[in-house]
Formats: sequence, C-alpha cells, structure tokens
Amino acid sequence: MSPIVSIQNLSKQYASGFQALKNVDLDIEEGEILALLGPNGAGKTTLISIICGLVNATSGAAKVGGFDVVDDFREARSLIGLVPQEIALEPFQTVNDALRFTRGLFGKRQDDALAKSILEKLSLWDKRDTKTMELSGGMKRRVLIAKALCHEPRVLFLDEPTAGVDVELRKEMWDVVRQLKADGVTIILTTHYIEEAEEIADRVGVIHNGELLLVEKKATLMQRMGKRQMRIELMQQLASIPQSLASYNLDYTADDQTLTYSYEANGERTGIAALFADLSKAGLILRDVETRQSSLEDIFVGLVEDKS
Amino acid sequence: MNFQAVKSIYSFEMARFFRTLSQSLISPVLSTSLYFIVFGAAIGSRIEQIDGVSYGAFIVPGLIMLSVLTQSISNASFGIYFPKFLGSIYELHTAPVSFVEIVLGYVGAAATKSALIGLVILATATFFVDFHILHPVAMLAFLLLTCVSFSLFGFIIGVWSKNFEQLQMVPLLVITPLVFLGGSFYSISMLPPLWQTVTLFNPVVYLISGFRWAFFGAADINIGLSLAMIALFMFVCLGIIWWTFKTGYKIRT
Ligand SMILES: Nc1ncnc2c1ncn2[C@@H]1O[C@H](COP(=O)(O)OP(=O)(O)O)[C@@H](O)[C@H]1O
Ligand SMILES: [Mg+2]
Repeated sequence: MSPIVSIQNLSKQYASGFQALKNVDLDIEEGEILALLGPNGAGKTTLISIICGLVNATSGAAKVGGFDVVDDFREARSLIGLVPQEIALEPFQTVNDALRFTRGLFGKRQDDALAKSILEKLSLWDKRDTKTMELSGGMKRRVLIAKALCHEPRVLFLDEPTAGVDVELRKEMWDVVRQLKADGVTIILTTHYIEEAEEIADRVGVIHNGELLLVEKKATLMQRMGKRQMRIELMQQLASIPQSLASYNLDYTADDQTLTYSYEANGERTGIAALFADLSKAGLILRDVETRQSSLEDIFVGLVEDKS
Repeated sequence: MNFQAVKSIYSFEMARFFRTLSQSLISPVLSTSLYFIVFGAAIGSRIEQIDGVSYGAFIVPGLIMLSVLTQSISNASFGIYFPKFLGSIYELHTAPVSFVEIVLGYVGAAATKSALIGLVILATATFFVDFHILHPVAMLAFLLLTCVSFSLFGFIIGVWSKNFEQLQMVPLLVITPLVFLGGSFYSISMLPPLWQTVTLFNPVVYLISGFRWAFFGAADINIGLSLAMIALFMFVCLGIIWWTFKTGYKIRT
C-alpha cells in the first residue's frame, strides 16, 4: 500500500536565513499513529506547517493521499485536519458556528448529527452555543480539535496537543485519538514529552536541529536501541568492587549497597549467568535483583549525543 | 471553485456586521447628518447653485462617497487583518481554498456592507435636501463598483499591515485627504487651472465626478473616463492581490 503521507527531501530555510529543516524524508502509513519527537525548536511545527499549507518549503516535496501539497493543494488539504500548537479562535463565534465555518471552508454543508457526535466526544455539547472567548483554555483546545475533525479528515495533525493541558483532557484526548485510529484515521502528533510518544504512538520519528534522526516502530526502537539495566542489591557493604568482577563494568553505589549492570537486551549473550556465578564465587550474597528497560528518554539522549 | 467556502466566509463576515448593526450605521449616518446641517443648510444657503444644482444637493454624492470609501477600506482591511492578528487565519491557509474564494468572501462582504451604508446615507440625505436621481441604474452601478474596488484596496492594506497602526494609517493619511480634495464639496472647475491639473492625479476625483453625473447629469470629467479609471484601479488592486497570494508575500513564511 502506498503511504498516505510522503515527504521527499524536504528542506526549509526561513527568510532570516535559519535552516529549520534539512532534507527530511518520511513516509507515513495509513491508519498509524506517528509521534514526531524532538526538543523545542527542532523543526516539528515547521514540518507540519509545510504539509498543511502554512509554510512554503524551500525545496523538496510532500504528498498527502498521493496529491502534492502545492500543485494539488485542494485535494491534499481536503484530506487533512490540523490542530495548531497555539490556540487561535474567533472570540465572538459560538462553538457551533466555529464548526460550521470550518466545515464550510472545506466545501461541506453543516451536518448536525456529525457535529453533535464530535462535540459529545469532546465534552463540548453543553457549550455549543457559548462564545469561544467565554471558554477556558482546555475547552478552547477541545474546540480546535473539534474544528479539525468536523470536515472528516483522513489525516489528523496534532501539534503539541498536550501543552498546557490538564490530566483529564489529556486522557480524553488519547481516547479520541485511539477512537480515530480505530476509524482508520492517520494521526501525526508532535511532542517533546517522551512518555507521550511511548504511551500513544505506533511509530516514533526523532527530530533534532531540523534533521530526522530516525523513524522506527516504537517496539523496534526500544529493542534495537534499548539497553537493559540490572540492579543487584547486596547483603553487605563493599569497600571496592572485587578484581574478579572488573570485566563487567559494574557501578557501585554505597548508599543502597547496589551494583548496576548494563547489557544489550537482545544481545547474543547477556552475560547474566556468568555474572551470577562470579558474584557467588566472590562470596557476595544478593538481597534483591531488579531489571529495567531504558526509556525513550535514554534512547533519545543517546541518539543526540551520537550525532553531535 | 469552492462556493461553500465563499458562502462560509461571506456569512461569517456579514454576521459580524449585523451583530454590531447599530454601531456600523449610527456613526456614518450621524456624521453625514452633521455635514448636511453645517454645509447644506447653514453655509450652503449662502452659496449659489453649482451646475444648476443647489449646494445642499450638490454635496450628496460626495458625502456618500466619503463614507463608502472609508467604510469599504476599513471593513475589508479589518476583516482580513483580524484573523491574522488572532492567528485564526491558519484555517484559511489549511483549507482547500485559493485566493479567489478568500477574496470573494471577504471583499464581497465588505463591499456589501459599505453599499448598504451608502444606501442608508442616501436615504438620510432625502430628509435634509430635495434632489432627484437622473440615472438611478448608473448610480447603483457606480456605487457598487466603488465599493468593490475600494474593498479590494482595503483587503490589500489588511494583508500587508503588520499592526493596528499601519491598518489605520492609510485610511487616515491617504484616503481622507484624497476624498476632501477630490471634489466632494466643490466642483473642480471652481479651482485655479494649476490645481485643476494636480487634481486629475487624484483617483477619487473620477469617482465623485462620475457618481455626481449619475445624480445630476453634469460632471467635471467625461463619464467614460471616470469609468475607465475606476476599472483600472480595480484591476490594479486585483493584480496586486493575485501577486501577493501567488508569491505568498506577507502570507506564507
Ligand atoms: N517564521 C520564522 N522565521 C525564522 N525562524 C523561524 C520561524 N519559525 C520558526 N523558526 C525557527 O525554526 C526553528 C524550528 O521551529 P519549529 O518548527 O517551530 O520547532 P518546534 O515546533 O520543533 O519547536 C526554531 O529555531 C525557530 O526559531
Ligand atoms: Mg512547535
């Protein structure tokens, strides 16, 4: 199946001379949830903005549903819904009118049943006749999401959807996202929170300084890049790590009498069996053992360090 | 062509107008009434007829134009500047619309509003002076043409303005003098020859002269030339808008 979003060699240099994107290639499959993960200023918004028509690329091309976002902008944009990073709403418009306006821009007549179901899903139904300026920040963000959904897009872009959002709305938003995915909508979200990518995404693209460092299935990424750590708590204090254990590169923290061993989770040999044998030969008695998968944070930090 | 989008923009803009209907109408009607009282009744009674028309009636077309020009520009420039200011303009950029739909929606609404205001002022004028419109169809055509072309001009100002000061600068510093010096209150033929020539570089002169011709059948400038100048102005505005959108200048980064 051909990808729903296809980005080829996309670069962006702003008028200021700043190079915000550097030769980005990316294919997004229909129906997946892709998280673009990167620190502030990485170029996430720029990338999304080019696909959605807010920013002109300096070079390269982007296609949505096979349509070029510049040459066939009508067809391409008809497929796209965008929830922008910043809240921007007409203050005097009611929630209902805001949805009607957006749907109209996309060439569609008001569909009351659809509007109702979207508003209900986002807990906005009670507020349908309220002016947007009278809503709280979280409510405004819901309106932005409702607007992006009201023309039935096949691809939804969420730019930092959880910035400044409370726990409840965040949970609701993820419910909506999962529901949309079940309906076959492709979702691209940006975030600088690793937990968020970890929680919701099928694939993760790591972007830094305008470069797409890698795109991987979340599980693959964790496996390929992930180190495991084993924490071994001892019964006794150590003055120093015994010579016989030197080859394992153990870390010792005296506070909690713990040795830490790092190993490749999916390596040929983990070395765990040998380590245990050597520990017992050295006469050390274990109280507790715990293993931990490295988080995306560790992976991300590792990647950025590799590059620079 | 996405007509639903044009309708969407148009009705949203008109809703804004009707929401503030009293404000939108009171100020132009009030200021025009004051002009009639001061210039028409008080001063005008001491001024002799111009081209066989009483002074009070003579200034009617000019006064309507004065309001229509200012309203067209401020409505259209505000209409497109406000979403830019709020950031909600992202919707226009990400929707399947081209500049054609955007211009039709915003300029169409702005022109409708100022035409309505022009007609209300015309109705107000009948309370103060007696006059007869010689060519009503031509009068309406001139009115609409003016509304459209100056709404286009206002749209350009709105797109190009970076802040509210710039938004108000052009109407204040350019339009008001052009209108006052454009023969709203006098006939060009009353000026010394040198100033008559200078005046011909003022586009508003052609508008007011043509509009006045539709009322009274007499004009400073040939009616064909008036029409040609308005059409030229309109096409220049359309050209600038087309170029602005095509290059993304001031619109896309
Ligand atoms: N209009 C602009 N002109 C110049 N530089 C810009 C503009 N917009 C964004 N940038 C710069 O481009 C870089 C990437 O920005 P952005 O795409 O917003 O990053 P992110 O969304 O990942 O935080 C930032 O360093 C930002 O300062
Ligand atoms: Mg951003």
